[in-house]
Amino acid sequence: MKSFFRLLSLIVLICSPLNSNAAEKVEYLKTDWSFKGLFGKFDRSALQRGYQVYTEVCSSCHSMKYLSYRNLSEKGGPEFDELQAKAIAASFEVKDGPNADGEMFTRPGKLSDKFVMPYDNVKAAQAANGGAYPPDMSVLVKARGGGVDYIYSLLQGYEDPPIGVSLDDGVYYNKYMYGNKIKMANQLSDGLVEYVDGTNSTVEQMSKDVTTFLMWAAEPHLESRHQMGFKAIVYLIILTILVYFSMKRIWSRVETEV
Amino acid sequence: MSDHEYTPKSKVGKWFNDRLPLLTLANHLTDYPTPKNLNYWWTFGGILTFCLITQIVTGLVLAMHYIAHADMAFDSVEHIMRDVNYGWLIRYIHANGASMFFLAVYIHIFRSLFYGSYKSPREIIWIIGIIIYLLMMAAAFMGYVLPWGQMSFWGATVITNLFSAIPLVGEGIVTWLWGGYSVDNPTLTRFFTLHYLIPFLILGLVVLHIWALHVPGNNNPVGIDIKKPSKDTVPFHPYIVIKDGFALLMFMIVFAFFVFYTPNILGHADNYIEADPLVTPAHIVPEWYLLPFYAILRSVPDKLLGVVAMLSAILILAALPWLDTSKIRSAVFRPLYKQFYWILVADVLILGYVGAMPAEGLYLLVARIATAYYFLHFLVILPVLGFKEKTLPIPLSITEPIMGGSPNLATAKNKESLNK
Repeated sequence: MKSFFRLLSLIVLICSPLNSNAAEKVEYLKTDWSFKGLFGKFDRSALQRGYQVYTEVCSSCHSMKYLSYRNLSEKGGPEFDELQAKAIAASFEVKDGPNADGEMFTRPGKLSDKFVMPYDNVKAAQAANGGAYPPDMSVLVKARGGGVDYIYSLLQGYEDPPIGVSLDDGVYYNKYMYGNKIKMANQLSDGLVEYVDGTNSTVEQMSKDVTTFLMWAAEPHLESRHQMGFKAIVYLIILTILVYFSMKRIWSRVETEV
Repeated sequence: MSDHEYTPKSKVGKWFNDRLPLLTLANHLTDYPTPKNLNYWWTFGGILTFCLITQIVTGLVLAMHYIAHADMAFDSVEHIMRDVNYGWLIRYIHANGASMFFLAVYIHIFRSLFYGSYKSPREIIWIIGIIIYLLMMAAAFMGYVLPWGQMSFWGATVITNLFSAIPLVGEGIVTWLWGGYSVDNPTLTRFFTLHYLIPFLILGLVVLHIWALHVPGNNNPVGIDIKKPSKDTVPFHPYIVIKDGFALLMFMIVFAFFVFYTPNILGHADNYIEADPLVTPAHIVPEWYLLPFYAILRSVPDKLLGVVAMLSAILILAALPWLDTSKIRSAVFRPLYKQFYWILVADVLILGYVGAMPAEGLYLLVARIATAYYFLHFLVILPVLGFKEKTLPIPLSITEPIMGGSPNLATAKNKESLNK
């Protein structure tokens, strides 16, 4: 085992110059996420504000096709009460049909409807956005290496390009984007959204709220996962201790130690 | 084997047992004499059985909700994650279960390498084990394709394309595997079918693996043949059952931590992007448990030879009982082999690391050296070592004194060398 640790340190030595090769990584902006840690939970008001940012800003280009309006009132989410969620759903026009005459028609949304998409299809989305498809946001947080920190930073990472970097039309410079070039223009500016709860809508605040909302969208059962995980692990630890002592008892009949 | 005749006490039991000796089998399994000095590295057999059953049970439930269609697979996985009751739990257990399965199987294999468990008379157990390991890799690879994310799609494309390296028929084989001219819906449906089939093949092989084990009985940390049953052994039940159970619970705590707190850390973020044949990810990397072999594959400049090297790296293990010429099983009594053993462990870890990195510059150089050393270990070092190495004196039995020392020196020594 000793020789193994010697070897391990050798590996670390060998690999350390390898690492510096790929040291072009940028440090993401850090903030306190309430949903991290063993007992991590979402901040309800952040989720509700995040939803407001999403509908008022993001949703004009980004779909969220795996979410339904009913999710907005479900436990562990933004927890709008059912009437609010119904009102939110009803504020959207949903295409339905065909009806008895074979015609498609529109009606106000219901809780069971999926979030209405901004474009009819991917091609339409591309056509409206200079060829770039605004990705669906349902699992976006899980689909990016840096997760929430990456999204949070990206929203605040718009800068003037450094000297020598030229950008095409419709391309923007963002210091956290892979390759630094992004086709989404800076969307957030201080005071852009007027929060219902009166919170001061700085860019930082909106970035944090909408990222929290996206985290919930990607992991709607995160809270029950954390709660169940804690119970499961405590249960397992207690059972392990009990089994340990029964094992000791049983093995005391032979002189070998376990 | 406990060879005493077993007769059930009850009349009904005897009637049944005469026709189908299930009770004799149960009796054999409970009484099975096991070396009493087995350490915790020996508990991974039981843990692996647990992993297999967990994968089969969770997989069964997932299959009830999953849709194997290129247009619907990704959606159906999200449906499981969101709308199926506890679907997120079942899917995370299944996805992390694969990693846990491989973690356990690597410990199991390296335990065997350390204590020479593959040597006569246990070659068949070992070879069945290697086949199980191969099937596990196939099952894991195909399972990773099913969510139909970007890594699923491109991983499948890269791996199936390896077959095109075969001269003459390669391209034809790839088309046949795909069921078309690219990875597409027919590929997905057949991968799903095979992914469903393979665990049951593994289950059958596990039965053979255990059957073959019960003929000579377990190897042990001292690596000597022992009389069974004797004072060197304990009956499987309750001694080994409770110990395996204890180890399994410890393992489950680690498992639960991954499932509940970092369920996506072992996967790749790109797999949450739906498969897109028109967009290639920046780096295509397999799951962590396949990385050492991926490194070997990429370290050879020629495609065909790379595939040959990768396959040989696994198949060479099947020849291990004959490549290792030493008569002494346990590394405890082989001071030189012990050193080389840990170098091999380090070598495989290095291969895993460079397998995750882009194949260029220093990474490629390190991968090449590590690949060369991997083969050197099995093809040169092990055969030569058997003749050259001066081994330590081995005890006559687990309990009997060696060289006039204390009765438990063998076990004590072994424990010491493991706990250091």
